[in-house]
Amino acid sequence: MSDDDDILLDVAHLKVYFRLPRKNIFAKASRVHAVDDVSFQIKRGTTLGIVGESGSGKTTTAMAVMRLTPITSGAMRLGDTDLAALEGEDLRHARTRMQIIFQDPYSSLNPRVRAGAIVREPMDLMNIGDPADREGRVADLFRKVGLRPEQQALFPHQFSGGQRQRIGVARALATQPELVVCDEPVSALDVAIQAQILNLLRSLQDEFGLTYLFISHDLGVVQYMCDEIAVMYLGQIVEYADRISLFTEPLHPYTWALLSAVPSADPATRARADRIRLQGDPPSPIDLPPGCRFSSRCPFAEARCVQETPPLRSIRPGHAVACHLVSDDGVPPQRRS
Amino acid sequence: MTDSDNTQSRQIDEMPETPVEHPFRQFVTMYMRNYAAVAGLLVFVVIVAAALLAPVILNVDPFEMVDVPLLPPGESGHLFGTDNLGRDMLVSIIYGARVTMAVGGAAAAITLIIGLSIGAMAGYYRGWVDEVLMRITEFFQVLPPLLLAMVLVALFSPTLETVAIAIGVVSWTGVARLARAEFMRLRELDFVKAARSIGGRDRRIIWLVILPNALPPLIVNAALTVGIAILFEAALSFLGLSDPNVMSWGKLIGDNRDYLLDAPWTVTIPGVAIFLTVLAMSLIGDGLNDAFNPKLRER
Amino acid sequence: MAERLLSVEGLRVEFKTRDGIAKVIDNLSISLDTGETLGIVGESGCGKSMTALSIMGLVPIPPGRIAGGRILLDGEDLLQANEQRMREVRGNEISMIFQEPMTSLNPVYSIGNQIAETARLHEGLSRADAMARALEMLQAVGIPAAEKRIHEYPHQMSGGMRQRVMIAMALACKPRVLIADEPTTALDVTVQAQIFDLLNDLKEKTGTAIIMITHDMGAIAEMAQRVVVMYAGRIIEQAGVTQILTDPRHPYTQGLIRCVPHLTRNPTVERPPLLEIPGVVPALSQLGSGCAFAPRCPYADAKCRAEMPPSRAVDSGHDVACWLTEREAAA
Repeated sequence: MSDDDDILLDVAHLKVYFRLPRKNIFAKASRVHAVDDVSFQIKRGTTLGIVGESGSGKTTTAMAVMRLTPITSGAMRLGDTDLAALEGEDLRHARTRMQIIFQDPYSSLNPRVRAGAIVREPMDLMNIGDPADREGRVADLFRKVGLRPEQQALFPHQFSGGQRQRIGVARALATQPELVVCDEPVSALDVAIQAQILNLLRSLQDEFGLTYLFISHDLGVVQYMCDEIAVMYLGQIVEYADRISLFTEPLHPYTWALLSAVPSADPATRARADRIRLQGDPPSPIDLPPGCRFSSRCPFAEARCVQETPPLRSIRPGHAVACHLVSDDGVPPQRRS
Repeated sequence: MTDSDNTQSRQIDEMPETPVEHPFRQFVTMYMRNYAAVAGLLVFVVIVAAALLAPVILNVDPFEMVDVPLLPPGESGHLFGTDNLGRDMLVSIIYGARVTMAVGGAAAAITLIIGLSIGAMAGYYRGWVDEVLMRITEFFQVLPPLLLAMVLVALFSPTLETVAIAIGVVSWTGVARLARAEFMRLRELDFVKAARSIGGRDRRIIWLVILPNALPPLIVNAALTVGIAILFEAALSFLGLSDPNVMSWGKLIGDNRDYLLDAPWTVTIPGVAIFLTVLAMSLIGDGLNDAFNPKLRER
Repeated sequence: MAERLLSVEGLRVEFKTRDGIAKVIDNLSISLDTGETLGIVGESGCGKSMTALSIMGLVPIPPGRIAGGRILLDGEDLLQANEQRMREVRGNEISMIFQEPMTSLNPVYSIGNQIAETARLHEGLSRADAMARALEMLQAVGIPAAEKRIHEYPHQMSGGMRQRVMIAMALACKPRVLIADEPTTALDVTVQAQIFDLLNDLKEKTGTAIIMITHDMGAIAEMAQRVVVMYAGRIIEQAGVTQILTDPRHPYTQGLIRCVPHLTRNPTVERPPLLEIPGVVPALSQLGSGCAFAPRCPYADAKCRAEMPPSRAVDSGHDVACWLTEREAAA
């Protein structure tokens, strides 16, 4: 990666394991490898997308970055601050610099608090700005996210889903954060409303120079929102590339399968002969065997895929893949034969 | 189905600028739709008013022997008759309401405080905190409650305070389990995570973020607990394990139980009073449940 | 004109709400032939799920009320049928698969039992025959090691497998119409692709007609031959799938297609903002006399707000209800 100075978030070898309750006292305790050795960096003012299916660990990664879930090991630096090492009051203060927008606009707002108070609360808790100015700032935030300041007195249930998500965005911006984690911010919204929120997030990014960690399962949304993209499968990054290379030259067979699985309104895309269909569902991330985690569903898998875990290696500047079968000059298995 | 959503979606410009209806008023409206609950509330208000105003409306000592013992109701101006010692039953019932309501209310409050604190801690922190607190809860659950209350009252002096505390100590486990379940459910919701991510401390999250959302089922439960506590108090008084210097409904039944066949009103009247009060509390609990349940509100 | 397999004519469904009568479905007419897939698209609250429930005879009455119209299955009006006849129709001639495969299966019975039960109920098969049918259906929907998994319970299966079981159950009596209400919304995209393939295969083999309800234009493109776009309980555009995707006429249909960031294999560096449809779906009890989409429509004029546009053909098999196309036709 280029200039180190403009890296805002640097995550290295992040691991989040969950222990499952033992079936009986003699059984071995099972562990869910929710996030297993994940590293990425986000440049200031850009958007990194993490895309994957259920169980890929994308949301757990987001929660770990927000320090909302305990991390097993790894390093996370936000600017000059070592996020992974912070505890107690220090962590509380660091939280002003990173905020999160949740997936479900119905459960992410406290139903007993008025909209204005929801947006004001972070400023009161973090002691941001002069208390006398906060009222004006709340009104300002309401306008910025496309709500009317008069609507502050309403309770969350009096808003539609899209408007509730706007309140969530306003709350996230209240502390003037540098990093905003967007955890599937539009997947619970109606299709016609999604565009409103996506456009809003992009214009806010331009206006405030925000850095986004954008979690989504929707490749179309990721393609529209993100500058760099990490594809996750069962807790690991299998491919990591900038937006243009990932979609024009996907290397990992899983990325390839993912792209061909997306239903397309474009007849030309649908007619492509090189679409591949995966069999079965992603396996559960409990007590995983060695080897490539995708090998059980991979149409190209060979003996060594089951034995050795492929490392994430760089094929070109800005394009890395974790697959034994991608040749060093960047020819993926689906392109051969 | 998806069509139920259309009540939630409203045109932006049709959005009311101030809440049309304050949630509390909506709550009152919902409660009023349940006639049985309104009746229960009326009974409750009458009893509480009688209890509070007893010294004002009847400036007499309930222990004073005013007439011949065991007079039937209506004779010699005694509406409810007299008991085995010639005391006016009406006066005893009204003064008894004071004790019954005070002990019932205090015991329910103690139940709620202990149960809520333990349940909230266990549900919010989980892990070993949960393990320890739940083992303690289970310990209290397996003890026979009436027996434990009797032992507690017998060990300490039989005052009203002791009775209230004893009842509270034996009946908090249900509240603790309920509070734990609610806290466990709510702590996983995104708005609780949001409260943490904007720098809320644990104390604030437990008491100001989760608790208001966990209260509805706990309040319903508290109303029912008052009824149960009243029954407990009656049982203890009946067994002679309450303060002998204050009049209570249970004590009336206990004192007069030997005359059950000759003067049935001496036992029936306080019995009916207990029954009505407990029924009222249960109807109130039911009404609160309806009023708190937003799904019923739509109808 | 040949007899259609299923045709809905002028269906009206009303719901009583606190704010008054809501016309959940207003003058809806659709038809379906054997072996055809009809897509119904729209946002939540547009009446697409209610259309499905009406055909199944499952509209909750009250607060709902069928205010008019006919639903003809092979010429038999299902709205006139009694409850016993509807029970025969449901699951036997028309069956439905739902969005959430977890809650649609009964957790205390094995999946084999649940499929067999449907077959026994409708076709009076013996226990053994019904289990054999269940096994056959599980194999047909591509469940690996079906003879073993037939004894499993819903919680032991993944989301995709559960949705396959739902499909197996819906197809157990070889229905002539299958209604799929957002069948893949809860599933991962790679699993969704498998379910689409499965439904298309089954349609080829059995000739079952499918009504596919969705909000995803991509899913429509993969599955449907004809598309109905609904807004606020009415059909606003109806055409063949290619016509809808390449030449949408109604501003709402155009918006639905253009407001979604479609995945492309040759992305450009430039990313122009997405087209937005402002506002939200109006409450059905508050509709005025004009076009329901007018408050959100960039081209709306006084006439749109005052008068409901009638549906008219703009091309063969392409009907649109919009004053804009009227104006173009006049010009």
